[in-house]
Amino acid sequence: MSNIPQDLKFTRSHEWVKPLGDGITEFGISDHAQHALGDLVFVELPDVGRVLKLGESCAVVESVKAASDVYAPLSGTVVAVNDQLRHTPELINRDPYGGGWLVRLRSGAPADAGLMSASEYAVLTTQG
Amino acid sequence: MVDFGGWDMPVAYGSQIEEHHAVRRTAGVFDVSHMGIVDLRGERCREFLRGLLANDVARLNLPGKALYSCMLNEQGGVLDDLIVYYLDEDFFRLVVNAGTRDTDLAWIGARAAEYGVALRERRDLAMLAIQGPQARERSAALLTAEAAWAVLELQPFFGAQIGAWMVARTGYTGEDGFEIMLPAPEATSVWRRLNAAGVRSCGLGARDTLRLEAGMNLYGNDMNEQTNPLESGLAWTVAFDPPDRAFVGRAVLEGIRARGPQLKQVGLVLDERAVLRSHQRVLVPGVGEGCVTSGTYSPTLERSIGLARVPMATGLSVQVEVRGRELPARVVRVPFVRHGKALISLV
Repeated sequence: MSNIPQDLKFTRSHEWVKPLGDGITEFGISDHAQHALGDLVFVELPDVGRVLKLGESCAVVESVKAASDVYAPLSGTVVAVNDQLRHTPELINRDPYGGGWLVRLRSGAPADAGLMSASEYAVLTTQG
Repeated sequence: MVDFGGWDMPVAYGSQIEEHHAVRRTAGVFDVSHMGIVDLRGERCREFLRGLLANDVARLNLPGKALYSCMLNEQGGVLDDLIVYYLDEDFFRLVVNAGTRDTDLAWIGARAAEYGVALRERRDLAMLAIQGPQARERSAALLTAEAAWAVLELQPFFGAQIGAWMVARTGYTGEDGFEIMLPAPEATSVWRRLNAAGVRSCGLGARDTLRLEAGMNLYGNDMNEQTNPLESGLAWTVAFDPPDRAFVGRAVLEGIRARGPQLKQVGLVLDERAVLRSHQRVLVPGVGEGCVTSGTYSPTLERSIGLARVPMATGLSVQVEVRGRELPARVVRVPFVRHGKALISLV
């Protein structure tokens, strides 16, 4: 059973979203996603300043098994990326909701627009 | 868990990369019970196998000795790769791949009768591979003093019957170790005792990264019925001498050898931060195109490695199409890693 923090929102494509205040939103990939991918070995992150549209492919997480695109859970401008992942991608496996965050966005949109609650996401992941 | 040739098998028990390192540094155990074990009995066993296999069992001159070979069809395509053990003049044992077990049995069975050779599939046996620099010592510690002495005396690529077990100094990782065939009901308790002796449980994922670092082919990826051993990095396993030994596929291979193979297998190293995967296109400027047959991330080298089938004239550098980008890759000699040490230069 994967770990699904109650205070986060989720996408159908297994990103998690956390509002940090001041219009900044942080996102990464869920515990379910990191577990399905297995040991991560490379992470490609967007450039700071890039403008992302909702649903746009903006990062790649690659494990020993497979490469997987990460989709922007909301529109906005990249204000920070987790540079530590370039050398320690395993942070995503160890701490997907903390040290394994991927991108911080400045967004005009509300951080929970069209996203799933933790309980809705739990249903999605148990249904496979 | 994944379906592997009809077997439900774990990709990893925990971290695949840690399992990989355990085998390179200490010891790990793999459940390889999905492999098919087939016993052949009959006075004309050796004669039968000399016609069936591309490698020559005449090389097996001491009891217990093992030989790696391809089994070919009449077109020289690879039906399977296997290990054959010479146990007695009227008793040989084959270990074949899970995915080809049924077609192998049909193919071998159809030819064995003429030689009075009887096949028996050993579904009653489980198989554990214990691999790594500490593997032999830690495995032997589970045995009686007499049995431990016997298995530690085994030379590489030899096996011995120890009571109901057959223990062989073979493997698929590029490390020293044993493969043990034992009555299936004993397997779980032996596995737990190995764990208690510091041998880490390892899944299919680590098995794949270890074999690829060791430059070993995987049937279905690196060769199949449509490819011949000369173009799959397996020329060393085809015994053309003596010239009068008739084996299945020989005529076609002789033709390819006379004309010169058009393709060759090479090792690839990617220094970019991306991972080679099977079926990626390999571009060889001015020469043509090839294909990655196996690719992965190498935990030992901390970069991606792969095997590819490319035109014969391919030199030392190629481009590989990885997720829409053309990335430069180095062409290297395999293995990439042996006994824990990198054999390629790292930049």
